[in-house]
Amino acid sequence: MIETARVSALGTAAVLFEAPGPADLRSQQRIWALAREAEGWPEIAEAVPGMNSLMLTFVTPPAIWRTIEDRLLQAWPAIAPLARDGRVIDLPVVYGGEAGPHLADVVAHTGLGIDEVVALHAAPTYPVYALGSHPGYCYLGGLDPRLATPRRATPVLRIPGGAVSIGGSQTGVSASDGPSGWNTIGSTSLCFFDPAWASPALLRPGDAIRFRVEKVLR
Amino acid sequence: MIEILATSGLATVQDGGRHGSLRYGVGVAGAMDPMALAAANLLLGNEADAAAIEIPIFPFRVRFTAPCGFALAGADCAARLDGRALLPWWAYRAPAGAELVLEVPHPGACRAYLALAGGVDVPAVLGSRSTQLRGAFGGHEGRTLRVGDVVRAGRPEAAVDEFGVVPPALDMPRTQDGMRAIRVLPAAEYGCFTAASRAAFWAGDWKITAQSDRYGYRLAGEALVFERPVEMLSHGIVPGVIQVPPNGQPIVQMRDAQPSGGYPKFGTVIDADLWRLGQAPIGSRIRFVETDWAEAVAAGDETAAWLAEAGRLIGLRRLERGA
Repeated sequence: MIETARVSALGTAAVLFEAPGPADLRSQQRIWALAREAEGWPEIAEAVPGMNSLMLTFVTPPAIWRTIEDRLLQAWPAIAPLARDGRVIDLPVVYGGEAGPHLADVVAHTGLGIDEVVALHAAPTYPVYALGSHPGYCYLGGLDPRLATPRRATPVLRIPGGAVSIGGSQTGVSASDGPSGWNTIGSTSLCFFDPAWASPALLRPGDAIRFRVEKVLR
Repeated sequence: MIEILATSGLATVQDGGRHGSLRYGVGVAGAMDPMALAAANLLLGNEADAAAIEIPIFPFRVRFTAPCGFALAGADCAARLDGRALLPWWAYRAPAGAELVLEVPHPGACRAYLALAGGVDVPAVLGSRSTQLRGAFGGHEGRTLRVGDVVRAGRPEAAVDEFGVVPPALDMPRTQDGMRAIRVLPAAEYGCFTAASRAAFWAGDWKITAQSDRYGYRLAGEALVFERPVEMLSHGIVPGVIQVPPNGQPIVQMRDAQPSGGYPKFGTVIDADLWRLGQAPIGSRIRFVETDWAEAVAAGDETAAWLAEAGRLIGLRRLERGA
């Protein structure tokens, strides 16, 4: 968590805005609103919400850095939350076992028992805050802080689609096979993305996911 | 039309990249050396960002099943067309049945681009013909090319004049102590590293390890040390971002990078130098040079100007020849 809003360069391709304060739903709703506004700025190609942050890619980078920095810092205090009534998806999850190889690491780090970790993980309704990482992947808000577990020291080169994982204070479900630095605690199956769909991603910010405990393997 | 006769894998169809779908979690992909892609396309009268074949592993061999104009750019692969030696960064016409062979490149660059007249004809998906390997879509059936694959040219009969351009690495060389020099703009977490680590990053050599590919370059050098542990929320990133996982060995995000990440960011390789890094072979050593916003923007203008001038000269030449 940072105390004041921060604007930083991602080379000359994009600018990153990080909101101050906790990454709660209200702050994220303001990120969505800022994204909608910034999309209309002529120098901006795409507005991409992150977790309590917003990346703007440039059509062409501004000649003077301060122009975009000032514009974001001035816009933020006046931004009102953009509430969205999305849909809620239920996902059955098998926790632990071969498909949840790092459940033990989360248990060890948090000091909780396996059953507690599973119960805490399956309890909330997780709002989709943003999409990223890979096609159709949803960043979710609402992980119980007791489950926070640092990302792995070295990323794992391949975890399968459907992997349910925890990275830092976040949780999510992989939409396809690929590398990840997160701790995989279980697995589920759902098609999150198809480039042929009119909107290629199944979920969008404002929708929500609920995990249902199908089985716990020890 | 060409048929792939030999490939060791990892050759893909790439264009200028898939822009505008980051919000769905779809990264940009696209050519690792966009300058070479653009030059090869311009030589054929294609749009600069048309799709071509990116070849990172050799030998690579194809047969032209019909007459077709083509151009080579990027790594110099001692290419031969039915035994005739070809120049890199040059356009040619292939008769039906001709075999094109690309051998292991001369050191100094590692990726070759084979462009076809009218561009590689595959369907555009979400606005691009680039292969999205993670999502398994775009390019040729969403995957790397295999022996037996047939790849079509958009306008195989289009007139092609046999000539070339001077490679941008010769026109705009950037080295330091004999190593590739790559300009980096410090990123948000730059200040989270110790002063000694920051100094060592700019002063030291960085080796491109064998665990480097289109997703990212994992570098080896003096480990970067955090002043204090940093745990971050996921946020948007772009190709060129230099992430530092807790082991202190940086990873430069490349074209197939995820559109978001959560590791602390030391800096970002500027857009204008990504093509240089994209041609750095595994095992080679590079240097990073600190830059600022004004210089980074000017560097982008310089590469744009190089492409505009190449396009102008090629246009004049094609006009002269009535191509």
